[in-house]
Amino acid sequence: MYAQMVKTDAARVRSLDEMDPVERAFQERIDAGQKIEPKEWMPEGYRKTLVRQISQHAHSEIVGQLPEGNWITRAPTLERKAILLAKVQDEAGHGLYLYCAAETLGISRDEMYAQLHSGKAKYSSIFNYPTLTWADIGAIGWLVDGAAIMNQVPLQRCSYGPYARAMVRICKEESFHQRQGYDVLMKMVKGTPAQKAMVQDALNRWWWPSLMMFGPSDDASVHSAQSMAWKIKQNSNDELRQKFVDQTVPQAKYLGLTVPDPDLKWNEEKGGYDFGEPDWEEFFNVIAGNGPCNAERLNARKKAWDDGAWFRDGLTAHAEKVSDRRTAAKIAAE
Amino acid sequence: MATAALDPAARQAALLEFLLRIGDNTLILGHRVSEWCGHSPALEEDIALANTALDLIGQTQLWLGLAGEVEGKGRSADDLAYLRDGYEFRNILLVERPNGDFGKTLMRQFLFDAWHYLLLKALKGSSDTRIAEIAEKAFKEVSYHLDRSRDLVIRLGDGTAESHRRMQEALDELWPFTGEMFMSDALDAELVEAGIVPAPESLKAGWDEIVAETLAEGTLKKPADGYMHKGGRRGVHTEHLGFILSEMQFLQRAYPGATW
Repeated sequence: MYAQMVKTDAARVRSLDEMDPVERAFQERIDAGQKIEPKEWMPEGYRKTLVRQISQHAHSEIVGQLPEGNWITRAPTLERKAILLAKVQDEAGHGLYLYCAAETLGISRDEMYAQLHSGKAKYSSIFNYPTLTWADIGAIGWLVDGAAIMNQVPLQRCSYGPYARAMVRICKEESFHQRQGYDVLMKMVKGTPAQKAMVQDALNRWWWPSLMMFGPSDDASVHSAQSMAWKIKQNSNDELRQKFVDQTVPQAKYLGLTVPDPDLKWNEEKGGYDFGEPDWEEFFNVIAGNGPCNAERLNARKKAWDDGAWFRDGLTAHAEKVSDRRTAAKIAAE
Repeated sequence: MATAALDPAARQAALLEFLLRIGDNTLILGHRVSEWCGHSPALEEDIALANTALDLIGQTQLWLGLAGEVEGKGRSADDLAYLRDGYEFRNILLVERPNGDFGKTLMRQFLFDAWHYLLLKALKGSSDTRIAEIAEKAFKEVSYHLDRSRDLVIRLGDGTAESHRRMQEALDELWPFTGEMFMSDALDAELVEAGIVPAPESLKAGWDEIVAETLAEGTLKKPADGYMHKGGRRGVHTEHLGFILSEMQFLQRAYPGATW
């Protein structure tokens, strides 16, 4: 999940009877499954929540280029290099659609960047973990994209039209990425013992951070309840996490890997796996900026932005010159 | 020349050399461009650069794939990319230049694209149909690369004082590496004779024209043609190539024989 713990400003979820007629009409449209479009009236809390969530999602795509980009120059074959390049390019593209979707809510991309660079806006905790071997590239595709899909498939039904539509396109590409990631690992587990050990090591490191992507249990969270009432969120964090574990464990077995959770056990009664609790202290530390790569990731993004200021200014200045010349030519012609 | 042209072994050696030269150019430049992934000055540039790198790596697969075929020793494109040492690489020195700031990266791309475009245009008419087919595909991609790099050189040259200064500095620094594109040797002559490739020097006038027009529009000053560096085409590189290869070839070297 690329958007974790998104706040809504709500103290509690209000009933229809407590709303004024305009807000009530809005809520009734949502309840009826209608999409809300950019120029339509919406409660300020709805707008702000979406800005937080969509920008967090966009920032995750952009920061997410870094851990994978880390291996493009070291990809082991030309084909793998091309696939990884295409994948990272897709992620930049996802960032672009998402920033555009957020812009329909009255915030500019530059403002969102400023929030990312100042630390005010967050991005998914998962991208603060390092990619240490080539198997990590496979593991990210398999686990991280797999977890993202769990969250993004329901988001295609989100009440806000531009976000829902961006998700349709993004989901198609993410599924492809997940298959590619799994394919990297399939090839490696069929390879040498060293390659297989590399894959197991990657699973050991990425398993728990992947489960943390869904965020802590939110059954008691007023923010989640409000997001659900607005149909920005469709499932609880625990529901999605369970679904992810149930889908992923058989895939790990197929690869001949051991999931690093001693409590993992099939529960016939619930028709799903029981599993251990992620280390939430670690999660909150990563969110607070203490993850292994928080400083590098944010500094890399800030550096790219600062170093590129002259480039962006140059293009803007040129566009102004061209426009001035056109105006001057027009005046001269008149 | 006529005698040499009849010798199939010499022809094959010259052809292999040509394919390594072109395939190594796209491989090394693709590597350099991909170093920007996630670090460029605007999201649109991240996307565009990844796209350029992707095209270049795709072309590498075709050129080096054909090189392996022509060599006839069972080496694949990957074997050639990942298991040769620096002295066996045939790319021109321009493409191994470090990225520098974004202006240097764009200027390097433009100077290369203008030449690459003309080379591929000529290769579309190669008497070797395998080469003509690859050139046909690559030409479409490179036409777009040139449109884009040319446009950015103009906009940044004629942008702010700072963007102008950076682009001029990039041009001055890279200029001495452009001469190698038009140098030729006996191997080129062999293939020119057979109508397989254009004479390198025959591309110079067209390149000069594209470059002169672009620089003029971008208010940039063309440097004087002084000393030109060379060596890459015969395997004598700068110190940069070794580091590119040690990074690129790490997995293939560390795990010999493994498949990925």
